Amino acid sequence: MSQSLARFIIGGAIVSAFAIIGDVLKPKSFAGLFGAAPSVALATLAMTIVSDGLSYAGMEGRSMMAGAIAFFIYASLASRIMMRYKFRAILVTLCLIPVWLGVAGGVYYLVWVR
Amino acid sequence: MRIQVNFSTLRQTRWHDYAVRFIFGGLITALAGIIARKFGPGIGGLFLAFPAIFPASATLIEKHEREKKESHGLKGEARGRSAASIDAAGSSMGSIGLFFFALVVSQFLARDRAWIVLGGATALWLGVSVAVWQIRKAL
Repeated sequence: MSQSLARFIIGGAIVSAFAIIGDVLKPKSFAGLFGAAPSVALATLAMTIVSDGLSYAGMEGRSMMAGAIAFFIYASLASRIMMRYKFRAILVTLCLIPVWLGVAGGVYYLVWVR
Repeated sequence: MRIQVNFSTLRQTRWHDYAVRFIFGGLITALAGIIARKFGPGIGGLFLAFPAIFPASATLIEKHEREKKESHGLKGEARGRSAASIDAAGSSMGSIGLFFFALVVSQFLARDRAWIVLGGATALWLGVSVAVWQIRKAL
């Protein structure tokens, strides 16, 4: 419980810091780079190294590559849909979360499980 | 277009917008730990690249741009959507850098000093992301 609370506080702080950097930068396309900053990864890996060691954290990094591929497809789709259709950002970004889950899980299964 | 820093945008952001991003970021980080503990580092690692605050950020950008346009008496819906779309395109470029971050972590974390690997991987994320952004802009 205390470890989850520490993860919550550290994660929230690092994610917020990267989000604020993105807020103050222009142009928008450049600021958007910070929407894919490794903020959750830095917080999680730092905690994992302390609790479970370097090898365990390294294994998390391996499957994170599948998550990053899924992020690319998720953000590209979100960008195209918002540009082309009259859907609100919240609707598009939330409805595409299953796409991220599917691609990340699919790539992980195909590359490392099968 | 040159890269600029504009601190006035921070005044447009209300305290609850910061709180939402803090809570989402914190929840996903805590959740990634719980998932890794329950299902192992393979499944847990996927969530290190979860678009944790992407919906909140896109909504915030859309709202800011819409309000800016509406303050001049114009309809701002299309402008808001377009700004959120451009930001998302930037994030897709940043995710290429995120892939290289994960590659470095997976290859070097187990055998090198952690702070050097994490610092180097973060620098590589930024370098690759900016390079992809510049190539995309030049095309």
